[in-house]
This record gives sequence, structure tokens and C-alpha cells, in this order.
Amino acid sequence: MTMSDPAIHTRLREYLTKEVLHDPSYPLKDDDALISSGLVDSFSLVDVALWVEDQFGVHIDNSELNSDTFDTVAELASYIEQHK
Amino acid sequence: MTGTLTQRLTELAAQAPDRELIRLLYTDQPEVVLTRQRFLDAIRGTACQLQDAGTKPNDLVVIVQRDLLSLVTTFFGASMLGAIPSILPFATEKLDPNRYRVAMAALLDLARPAILATDELVRSDVEGLLPDGDSYLPRIVTIQGEFSGPLDNESHQSNADATALLQHSSGTTGLQKGVALSHRAIFEQLEAYSAALSFTQDDVVVSWLPLYHDMGLIAGFLMPLLTGAHLVLMSPFDWVRAPQMLLHEITKHRGTFCWLPNFAYNFCAQKIRDRDLEGIDLSSIRAFVNCSEPVYDASHDLFAERFAPYGVDLSKLTVCYAMAETVFAVSQTQVDAPARVDEVDRASLRQENIARPASTDLSSERIVSCGTPIRGMDVKVVDTSQAVLPDRQVGEIAVRSSYMLNEYYHRTDATEAAFFDGWYLTGDLGYLADEHVFVLGRKKDLLIVGGKNVYPQDLEALASTVEGVHPGRVAVFGVPNPQAGTEDAGLVAEVDTEDEAEQTAVRAELRRVISNGSDVTVRHIWLVPRGWLIKTSSGKVARSANRDKVLAELMAQP
Repeated sequence: MTMSDPAIHTRLREYLTKEVLHDPSYPLKDDDALISSGLVDSFSLVDVALWVEDQFGVHIDNSELNSDTFDTVAELASYIEQHK
Repeated sequence: MTGTLTQRLTELAAQAPDRELIRLLYTDQPEVVLTRQRFLDAIRGTACQLQDAGTKPNDLVVIVQRDLLSLVTTFFGASMLGAIPSILPFATEKLDPNRYRVAMAALLDLARPAILATDELVRSDVEGLLPDGDSYLPRIVTIQGEFSGPLDNESHQSNADATALLQHSSGTTGLQKGVALSHRAIFEQLEAYSAALSFTQDDVVVSWLPLYHDMGLIAGFLMPLLTGAHLVLMSPFDWVRAPQMLLHEITKHRGTFCWLPNFAYNFCAQKIRDRDLEGIDLSSIRAFVNCSEPVYDASHDLFAERFAPYGVDLSKLTVCYAMAETVFAVSQTQVDAPARVDEVDRASLRQENIARPASTDLSSERIVSCGTPIRGMDVKVVDTSQAVLPDRQVGEIAVRSSYMLNEYYHRTDATEAAFFDGWYLTGDLGYLADEHVFVLGRKKDLLIVGGKNVYPQDLEALASTVEGVHPGRVAVFGVPNPQAGTEDAGLVAEVDTEDEAEQTAVRAELRRVISNGSDVTVRHIWLVPRGWLIKTSSGKVARSANRDKVLAELMAQP
């Protein structure tokens, strides 16, 4: 597995804490479970997919919007790098 | 419509066996399309499996399944045996298995189902629910695909007034109040509601609503099937990841009716890309029906504007007021006309509890009508001593009809408490004007988040388990979110620490515990010092007073 760009991690954390959790002070770590923990609820999954596509040009299909595809900031960052 | 639910399906199959009845959509396998006769055959197959497991008439059969075909056939299979089906949600990935077990244990203890019917997909979760060392144990039946054998008795033991099904709200609190409905009440509701919508066998319902919810079960399932119309059903888990699916299915099957909670109007309007709307045609729709949470005028405007190029206008956006206790609909706006909007004076509404028509736009509030009562339904608004209030005075909405619940299952106490002189006290606040019902909110502390009922006491109990939070010194309430077209859960809790890092940790833990232990995520969290919360004379935390205090003093802060 390649190390993903730290800048992507930072942008993802910023987006998730601010826009999804609505709590910029939330201590989100790169390996915190997002989907399987319910931190990112099902209503926000589409938002995450739309944002990732707008920001990085990477399309996440609805069938991939689950914790098997990505469940952490680190995994989502790798997904983005691999599909760029 | 008379007799029992499955007698009705049998009658419809005899009339036109090859007519398409139900289409079940999957994202990971081909769709399943069943004619009336094939559906009945599949139901018989499931009924055989339930019968082999020892299901008897009047047994409660709790259904926890993920597979749509299995779910719909198990429901009617149990019904065919004269048993009482009740569909409950399966445990989602995020839910703490212990919390799920505790909530379900409360239901199992009270309702004592004879059978837990599951499927291969969620069987292991259901097996984890069995109580330890108890003399009472429900039997677990894992329903398999195609199967058919001889059936001893096909619903003939049931009479029309017997309980046909139970409906539950979610959470520990909701699971302890199963609304028991008779076959007769269901048919009477469907006849009255069909008349209000001029709903016929030619209609096509497209739905993603869950069947453990009254809107999904009645409007999005029983109404099309028992009327002999056509149902296209998808899973809420698929829809929430690809909301355009709903619009594509309406297009493909010339859908005519679609029931949605208010947030879904915003969700569809805001979260579907232009490219995913290619080929969409919604002109076949006779009505979208907004129901099960407060209706925002702005949500209709947003939806109508976004989908105008595809054949939607405000005259297609109707509103319904419904509850499980009346089977479903209480009132419905007219199909093919925009819902009436009442502009009332905000100050009179807030201070005097009177909905006076507004004289200027500046100080007005727009309240969307929930329509007029359907046939056989009486609606009145009463004050706290149950005296009837005149038009435009705000009070509690009370309803009465011949199609009410039989009882709250095994809860004589709750059944008696719910009625006053033959009228069911809804707990909803509102007013009447020219026979239109206007619903303003809840008398009881109940949140409706994305169409789901959430009992604040369940979330407060979860929050009280977090270290650093004073147990019982927590209040949960709804905070309106017009942008999302629903309300968010807000939580205020007393803590001792003033240390920022420690408070951040408490916040994170509160979010985690509530996500894992309930159906919702909490959006707003306020931590306050000891003694900040307002208490009632009996020492309990007063939710609505604290809500007002938080919104006035803290809402501007993050």
C-alpha cells in the first residue's frame, strides 16, 4: 500500500469535522472508524461522495459507499489517490 | 374489502392471476417481479416454513430480515396462518450489539413473540437476542427461498376484528408500545384513504420506505398490494446512497404515487447530480405525498423548482397527516392542487396560541395544511381539560374513527391512557381552519429526525453513561434545520470539567455513544456547568424549558 498524500488527509479531516460532524474541534484521527461507527451517518454518505468528486475528480459509486470500501480518513485518502 | 389480509390477496389473484403486483429492487442481484398468483405462491411457501416451526394462530411473529423478498412474504406468510406479524428493523453495522440486545429484550419481555423470523443475512444478530436462562424462549426461524408444502389452515381461523399486525416506533421506548391493528380497521382505512386519493388498481406506487414504519407499511406496502395496484419497492439503504434510484424507477414504471417524509424533498433536490437526472420523466406522477414529519413550505418549493423540468409542479405535492393508531391517514390534501398554505401572525401564534391570518408578510409564519379529514375520521382540537376549541385556536389534536387500533399490545395501561371519551389524544399540537388540519408540533417531547420518531429519554439515558457527564443531568430536544427539511437532535449536558481538551473528549464520546446506541447522530452538543439546567418541581430536567434556554443563550456558539 502506498502512503497517501498528507494534504489529502488534512482536507478530509477538515471537511468531515466541519461539514459532516459540525464540530471543527472534534479530535478526528486518521484511523477512526467513520461509517461502521456511525460517526458519518447514512444521510451524509452522499455528501461525502459529492464532495470527493468535486474536490478530487474521483467518483465513488453508490455501491461502494460502505465501510468495505473505506471506513477511515486514511482509507478514503488511499482510495482517492488510487482512483485519481 | 373484507375478511383477512391474505383472503384479500387470494381474491385478487383469482380475479387476475397474471397481473403484475410487486417488483422488488436489489442493487446486487436482478430485480424480482411477481404476479398476483406468483406472490401468493411465494407467501404459501413461507407460511409452510412458519407452520413447520410450530406457528399457531394468534402467535406473535417478530420479523427481522434484510432480504426484501423474504420480508414481504414472511409478513403475509405469518398472516396466512392467522398469526400476528410485526416487522422490526435489523441491527445496522454501527449499532452496538449490546444496545440492540437491550432494546429488543424489552420488546421480547413484554410482547413474548412465539417466533423470531429472520433470514440468512441477519440471522446471527437475531440469534444474539435470545435471553439467557429464561424459561421463555422464542423459536428462531430462518426463512429460505423457494419452498412449498401442504398448508393446514389458511387464515380461516382469523376473524376480521382479530389483530392483524403490530406496528412499533423505534428505540427502547417505542418498542414497548406495539400498535395492534385489526384486519377490518386496515381495510376501512385503505378504503377511506383510497377514496381521498382516488387511488385505483391502475396506480403504481414507488417506494423506498422501510416496512417497520407506518408510512412504509401501510402507504408503501399494504395499500398498493391489497388494492391490487402495482408496487415497486426498494430498500431505504440503497435509496439513501443513490436517491436518483427513486426517480429512475418512477420514470421506468410510470409511477403515480410516492410517499416521502419532508427531509426527502430536500435530500432529492440537493443531492442528485445533473448527470444522474438524464432521461428522468416524472410526468406520470399523480401525487408525491409528504407525511410523517412536519412539512416545510420551503421544501416543497425547493423540490418543485429542481424537478420542474421533469414534470413536477406544486399541484403534485400533497400532504398527509397520519399515525399508526388510526392505521395511517387522518387527513390528506387534495390530489392535483397545491397544498393550502396558511399565513398566520407569528406573535398571536406564539403568545396567544391563536392562528390569526397575518396582516403583513413581515411578522407572518407559513403553515402548510395537512388537508381535510378522510372519510369516517373525526378531528377536533381540545384544551388541557379536553374542552373543544374553536377554529384557529391551538390545542391538542384528538381523533376518532371506526378504524382505530385494537390496543397497545399487552399494554392495557397505555391503551386506557391514550383515549378520552372515545377520542384518541394524539399528542400533536395544531389547529383547525375551514376543516383543514394544521399541525404545529408535539405536545410530548418527541423528536422526528428524518421521518424517524426518536424518544429523547432513550438518548438521555445513553448520554448519562458517558464519563464526565452527570447522570440524569442531560436534556435532548429537536432543533429545526430548515436547510435539511427536518429537525436535528440537540443535547445539553452538565459536566464538571472546564478544561477544553477534556470537554472535547466528552463531546466525542457523547457522539460515539449516541451513534452506536440509537438510530440518529446528535448534531448539536452543549456542555454546561453543574446547576445550569432547569428542573421541574419534581427535580426532573425540563426538556422544553431547557431547549428554549439553550436556543436563546447558546445557539450562536458552536
